[in-house]
Amino acid sequence: MLYAILCYHDEDMVGSWSNEQDAAVMTRLAAVQDKLTKQGRLGPVARLLPTTAATTLRKDDPPVVLDGPFAETKEQLLGFYVVDCKNLDEALDVARDLGKANPGGAYEIRPVGHFTPGSVTK
Amino acid sequence: MTDTAWIDNALTSARPQAVGALLRYFRNLDTAEEAFQNACLRALKSWPQNGPPRDAAAWLIMVGRNVAIDDIRRGRKQEPLPEDDHAISDTGDAEEQLAERLDGSHYRDDILRLLFICCHPDLPATQQIALALRIVSGLTVKQIARAFLVSEAAMEQRITRAKARVADADVPFETPGAVERTERLAAVAAMIYLVFNEGYSASGDTAEIRSPLCEEAIRLARLLLRLFQSEPEIMGLTALLLLQHARAAARFDSDGAVILLDDQDRSKWNGKMIAEGLALIDKAMRHRRSGPYQIQAAIAALHARAETPADTDWTQIDLLYGALEIMQPSPVVTLNRAVAVSKVKGPEAALDMIEPLAARLSNYFHYFGVRGAFLMQLGRNDEARIAFDRAIALANTSAEAAHIRMHLDRLMRDSTRGAKAGK
Repeated sequence: MLYAILCYHDEDMVGSWSNEQDAAVMTRLAAVQDKLTKQGRLGPVARLLPTTAATTLRKDDPPVVLDGPFAETKEQLLGFYVVDCKNLDEALDVARDLGKANPGGAYEIRPVGHFTPGSVTK
Repeated sequence: MTDTAWIDNALTSARPQAVGALLRYFRNLDTAEEAFQNACLRALKSWPQNGPPRDAAAWLIMVGRNVAIDDIRRGRKQEPLPEDDHAISDTGDAEEQLAERLDGSHYRDDILRLLFICCHPDLPATQQIALALRIVSGLTVKQIARAFLVSEAAMEQRITRAKARVADADVPFETPGAVERTERLAAVAAMIYLVFNEGYSASGDTAEIRSPLCEEAIRLARLLLRLFQSEPEIMGLTALLLLQHARAAARFDSDGAVILLDDQDRSKWNGKMIAEGLALIDKAMRHRRSGPYQIQAAIAALHARAETPADTDWTQIDLLYGALEIMQPSPVVTLNRAVAVSKVKGPEAALDMIEPLAARLSNYFHYFGVRGAFLMQLGRNDEARIAFDRAIALANTSAEAAHIRMHLDRLMRDSTRGAKAGK
């Protein structure tokens, strides 16, 4: 089963990291990702730009374009992983590893129903 | 990340919201700041033991308010921290209630008011910036003094004066109306732009010390944009700052000398900042409510999109400067437009364009630098030399002077080579 691990964190807080702190977190996360890549279990990984760069399309009739992220919450969706795991326990283990590398915030773990690997490479 | 780094980050990011709310309660900047400081001291004691609160800002507001009220009641402001902190570390329900209320209408106006107070029209620009960096960003006086290249004592005095002026001024605390909110927003945007310029206009030897000002301005712009997500001018401002700052690593060589846009190593530009800046200006344009920040950002975007200097769409840049001239007529804007015109129509046309500016820009370094460059391109070397000499006399930094001297040296070489070749 593929699981999506959605990364939520307080954007103000992540935004106040220094460049060095940010780089250190990314390095620690890369170590966790390497392990999963070697096991052939890591799907696409994305870090999203700040929610200030987001636009929302409400699928009303006619659809309405709104500035900002879909949901105004204390913690924002900042990125996601797709990981191949046997079950929820395994997915939680991966999330715990990621969490050790990047404390704070929360991960939402969601089984993936349909997956298209896509053709984008950069 | 160590525990203390985590707490520092949490305190920094909660600061504008917490100080803004405390200011609404106490209506006095000093009391609000002191209350926040006291709350921070308690956070440093309590958070490592009890773990982080769910909502750091709400925790700080509540603790800060309680401590300040106690102090006021006792009439003894210098009270040391009580040994027993249980009462405040367990803020449970109250914190939740407060967080609830904060998510509502106050949040935006608290932060906007706080920013607005810092750029109160009674304050000169230098004081506005210093106050904002101290109160909103929470930089220490020492850090600000360093960025402004003045002594700590001088900066302390500047901030104290600014605070005194704000205290005397009549700052409205009721929720602003739509018109007033728009005015505040414009004043705050201008102040953030000033903070950025302080960092951006630093040259070689001081660029490294002052670049944190650019980063702080970007942080403030993002904060403002999060509060006003549908304001195209705030998107434009944020985009502008990101696109300009993206070039930071390429703007000076290792000796601190200026590298002009055409000569910059574009691989050193920060791709992530450019991507965010382009996304924001793209979004802003959809609103079809143009403004000076959006136009400037659009110009910066055209530079950022060009993979080589030759790819630059100068025709479009000329048009955008034309629009900016109508919106914000200024000889400096016309001067910048002339650079675009020189690329599109040649130096002759550009020179004609800046000729009428001579009187108004007679003390402006860049006027003579640009004029000298146009004259040089036209082969009018003697006139170019006069313009460059004037530019050097007006240079604000050693890097600016050194850059012009480089042109003069080239002229000198050309003329000796020309003489030898019998030109």
